[in-house]
Amino acid sequence: MAEEKIAVYVCHCGTNIGGKVDVEKVVAWAAGQPNVAVAREYKYMCSDPGQDLIKQDIQKLGVNRVVVAACSPTMHEPTFRKAAADAGLNPFLLQMANIREHCSWVTEDRDQATEKAKRILSAQIHRLPHNQPLEPIEVPVNSDVLVVGGGIAGIEAALKLAQAGKKVYLVERKPSIGGHMAMFDKTFPTLDCAACILTPKMSAVGKDPNIELLAYSEVEEVDGYVGNFTVKVRKKPRYVNTDTCTGCAACMDACVVRKVPNEFDQGLSKRTAIYIPFPQAVPLRATIDPDNCLTLRGKKCKQPCVAACGPKAIDFDQKDEVVELKVGAIIVATGFELWDPRQEERYGYGRLDNVITSLEFERLSNASGPTGGHIVCKNGEPPKAVAILHCVGSRDENYQEFCSRVCCMYSLKFSHLIKEHLPETDVYQLYIDMRCYGKGYEEFYKRIMDEGVYFVRGRAAEVTDVALNPEEQGRLVVKVEDTLLGVVRRIPVDMVILSSGLSPAHDAKEVAQTFGFGCSANGFYLERHPKLEPVSTVTDGIFVAGACQYPKDIPDTVAQAGAAAAGALALVDNATVKVEPTVSYIDPEKCAGCHICVGVCPHSAIQYNEEKGVAEVIEAACKGCGVCVAACPAGVPQQRGFLDEQIFAEIEGALAV
Amino acid sequence: MSEQFEPRIIGFLCRWCSYNGADLAGTSRLKYPPNMVPIKTNCSGRVDPTHILKAFREGADGVLVAGCHPGDCHYINGNYRTAGRMPLVKKLLEQLGLEPGRLRLEWVSAAEGEKFQRVVTEFTEEIRALGPLDWQAVVGEAEGAAGDPEAEMAKEAVPA
Repeated sequence: MAEEKIAVYVCHCGTNIGGKVDVEKVVAWAAGQPNVAVAREYKYMCSDPGQDLIKQDIQKLGVNRVVVAACSPTMHEPTFRKAAADAGLNPFLLQMANIREHCSWVTEDRDQATEKAKRILSAQIHRLPHNQPLEPIEVPVNSDVLVVGGGIAGIEAALKLAQAGKKVYLVERKPSIGGHMAMFDKTFPTLDCAACILTPKMSAVGKDPNIELLAYSEVEEVDGYVGNFTVKVRKKPRYVNTDTCTGCAACMDACVVRKVPNEFDQGLSKRTAIYIPFPQAVPLRATIDPDNCLTLRGKKCKQPCVAACGPKAIDFDQKDEVVELKVGAIIVATGFELWDPRQEERYGYGRLDNVITSLEFERLSNASGPTGGHIVCKNGEPPKAVAILHCVGSRDENYQEFCSRVCCMYSLKFSHLIKEHLPETDVYQLYIDMRCYGKGYEEFYKRIMDEGVYFVRGRAAEVTDVALNPEEQGRLVVKVEDTLLGVVRRIPVDMVILSSGLSPAHDAKEVAQTFGFGCSANGFYLERHPKLEPVSTVTDGIFVAGACQYPKDIPDTVAQAGAAAAGALALVDNATVKVEPTVSYIDPEKCAGCHICVGVCPHSAIQYNEEKGVAEVIEAACKGCGVCVAACPAGVPQQRGFLDEQIFAEIEGALAV
Repeated sequence: MSEQFEPRIIGFLCRWCSYNGADLAGTSRLKYPPNMVPIKTNCSGRVDPTHILKAFREGADGVLVAGCHPGDCHYINGNYRTAGRMPLVKKLLEQLGLEPGRLRLEWVSAAEGEKFQRVVTEFTEEIRALGPLDWQAVVGEAEGAAGDPEAEMAKEAVPA
């Protein structure tokens, strides 16, 4: 390599950097640094004229190393590396100095920010002479996609990909796909029946030749990398042969265990030990619940299900099975859980009759629900008054600080449904703020106000059954400060609906770890960028969609699922993908064959070559963590792009100013 | 800022969690002292004891190593290697005559901008309280006698 000629570009980023860092001073300083041939400033380096500066200097001045002092490399490193490559410079000879996120935005004092910017820049100026040209490693891409979670997000993503001709594996933990949406009665603000719009999609999944549905299954292990994932999925035993079961439900009629709380009805009805979760289930196959089946619990049973089953599909000896899938991309759409209102004891859920959750109300008002769609109290009587309590577990620093985004709207929907079923019933909405932000939502709010619903602005203080007067006797009383009237009210009602917020799934953290991405502070999956990469994760090739990323309504969920499908498609529609070449290599001349690196490699990417007596890196399996480099007692493995000499030079540079 | 001692700190940040946590602190405009200069590695497990010694020898008064929380490592268990190594490096620092508190290991996730702010602020104050490190005075002699400690001593201390 000829003499190093470094070009330094310091970006103002409008006033984001320039407002805090004295850019002119930094540029003047940089011009005098070792190997720096040219130092320039520009208002927006990421703009075309900014990028052209880099290209021109490479082509006209013969610059062979570039450092751009600007934003985080997460934002624009690809932009500038591409600009360098377009001008004929190997992109790995360009470094970014992050003087925005790590400097101008976090430092109070202008002089201090300027000094820190110099240090950050100095580290990269010192590093660059040690950078070597690298070539991205091109690997083949498997065109199949795994979608995890069979709610509306997963269903939508799977259908889109299948439509594009891709093979899709759809894994669902429960016996049927459908998710929460399958439990809903109507959907806001259009009042479409949830089942009417969802079940055609469910059935399309079941029939699509491109979709292989693995229901009642869970992902156990994910290995590999972008374009080439190997996924282990555990298929739980249904104790029913799904090839022969016809879903006729004769077994359910025969089963003697008839008092198992029905999860699909939120425990408001009972099911049998052998069951099909709901009539439109996909796949429409029976499942035996091992916790309640007498035979599987080792108790005596005459097994009437076996006798009732025409196709002889019941198989008590079925074992779980682990299948291995090879896919190029993964979409994680594992949904949410309803916040458990037992935590908010003052509302009496689980203690007072007729205090119910929003999901329980969905089932109550649903024609296929436990009451056939009749909204009734526990005693079978329709309520004369209902209170709907907003923000239960949401917007509450004791529980979840965030807004769950859907509760205002579904609460309005409930009001409408109650008024439709029971026009004489009084409905009270106890709200903090009405958040009706979507298309047609504000109009829906107006419509509900015209339907004679009482809106009380105030967060409910307590729900009690202690009566203070004859009118309250035998009823529930909601205590609330009406902040518009400035009075404390006691509202006697017969039913209280708790509009519980949406929570991350109880095992969201473990699931995120399985797939190699993180969770946000609120527990939902962390997207790569909140605005520009809302469906990507830090792991290339793995996408997220739906309420597992943050609470969202059905329109947003479907939109996000489409975006995730497009992201996956943009990857798997290519024959190859380029992966970062920052992998380790081992000089066989220096390796003593001690095996230490073999043991520490998290991805089993280092093998011991018995014949040569040395360790060897399998480049395609190496993900570039560099753990082997730090572990070798002789410093033999080195990581391309993160050589010891590069890190040492960065340290020297950072401390040279 | 008059006579106050301004420590020099090197922060090794893993690319997936802590570097992004630092980015989030920036995006959220959380202010913290300017004393730490970050150096990015793919994994905190890439941080070699020699990097830490090098930083001290080049004039750093403190070194921060930050990675993903246990279980969250992008490379499955790279951060467990870090967790195993750092106590040994601290011991080594002690043997060299340095205060082990000059090295700090922290887990900062990509979602923990506030934690990043807090850690850097706290650590800066801790190092300020410890005062400047005079490597030459503390270690210089031993270094001369033992050859290059970076290559010799630290490497032997690395656990498998």
